[in-house]
Amino acid sequence: MPRTASDHAATLVAGLREGNRRALARVLTEVENGSPAGREALRQLFSATGRAHTIGITGAPGSGKSTVTNMLAKAYRAQDKTVAIVAVDPSSPFTQGAILGDRVRMQDLSGDPGVFIRSLASRGALGGLSHATLDVVAVLDASGRDVILIETVGAGQDEVEIAGAAQTTVLINTPGAGDDIQAMKAGIMEIADVLCVNKADHPGVDALVGQLRALLSLGGERDWQPPIVRTIATQDDGAGELVDAIAAHHDHLAGSGALAARERDRLRRQVVALARAQLMAGLLRDEGAESRLPQLLDEVAARRLDPHSAAAAWIAPRRPA
Amino acid sequence: MSESERKIRVIIAKPGLDGHDRGAKIVARALRDAGMEVIYTGIRQTPAMIAEAALQEDADVVGLSILSGAHLELFPHVLDACAERDILPANTLFFCGGIIPEEDVARLQAIGFQGVFGPGANTNDIVDFVRERVPAPA
Repeated sequence: MPRTASDHAATLVAGLREGNRRALARVLTEVENGSPAGREALRQLFSATGRAHTIGITGAPGSGKSTVTNMLAKAYRAQDKTVAIVAVDPSSPFTQGAILGDRVRMQDLSGDPGVFIRSLASRGALGGLSHATLDVVAVLDASGRDVILIETVGAGQDEVEIAGAAQTTVLINTPGAGDDIQAMKAGIMEIADVLCVNKADHPGVDALVGQLRALLSLGGERDWQPPIVRTIATQDDGAGELVDAIAAHHDHLAGSGALAARERDRLRRQVVALARAQLMAGLLRDEGAESRLPQLLDEVAARRLDPHSAAAAWIAPRRPA
Repeated sequence: MSESERKIRVIIAKPGLDGHDRGAKIVARALRDAGMEVIYTGIRQTPAMIAEAALQEDADVVGLSILSGAHLELFPHVLDACAERDILPANTLFFCGGIIPEEDVARLQAIGFQGVFGPGANTNDIVDFVRERVPAPA
């Protein structure tokens, strides 16, 4: 590479600031790959972040996340807001490859320069997003998008990272999934700011809404009661109501001071997670670390050493950085 | 865990009006199994839709599948739409597959499709082709 990473970053950032979409796409790649140029670009762009309304879309596989995202994007475009979509799909744990298929449900956004869609593979992250999702969102934010829709991988119970990444989290439920709600109520139900009941033309929708109401009523007094909105996203039915519910939540956050508190909490988690990753990277850069591990694993496998002690022994000989 | 992790990103798209996407899906699956990130855009894509997806996704590779016989009609339009966005055979690997007669292969190669894969092509050959030809990052 003839140019240095910082020159490369400066060229891309300048292009991004001029509204060049190719430069934006390139910055996103560098940031997603965690390259030196990506980190430099992020450093230069970070002061321009914090302006977009970030909205998380989550729910079980097949609940209609992409279709609801598509519907919302059209609704925001009708309000003349620019939109970015970050759609995360799972990477194979075996080959690390991925098929990213969310664009298939977003065909009618194509051709609108006010919409920018980026597909991300989860790349081994387990929380429903990828490790670089927050950085990708930051770059899109800095590019001046008004609304950023973040679609998670198909979520079950524990994929709750989206709550820390977005200002408003929309949880999609669908009728006929019966016991899934029971399974979901412990983890993911707790992060919902807005409950979207999609496929509302399917049988069982009234029962589902009743169950969701009953679940919410168990929560006791809260300063925000998640509204339940029925949608048929394939027909854009309920788009206005969903947009209104999201706006009401955003107003509530802004009015109560919780928006700043959430932001601070998100930044704290991000800084701590990055520090953890850097410590780990530092450990692995230590030349002896990789070679010491197999021997320790032999001891653990033979039950002569427990995993906690092995981890301590692995880290111990490391020279201070 | 490398400090900078680079994945080959591939767009697989079907221009035109035929709805037979089994071949496209098999190729997408094979590239995924080879560790690549494949953005599948679906059927009935216009040239502009494909070019825009390639731009937004910063794809290293664009693969087109067609079974209708309109390849000589449509593929140049896809290349034109990509070129308008500075996505060129010089910086992006283009390949295609489908029902493509032998006599059309050279023409497609001449306009920028480095690989042309017909019925019965071995998916391993397609994987190897992409791995060998994918352009180095700018």
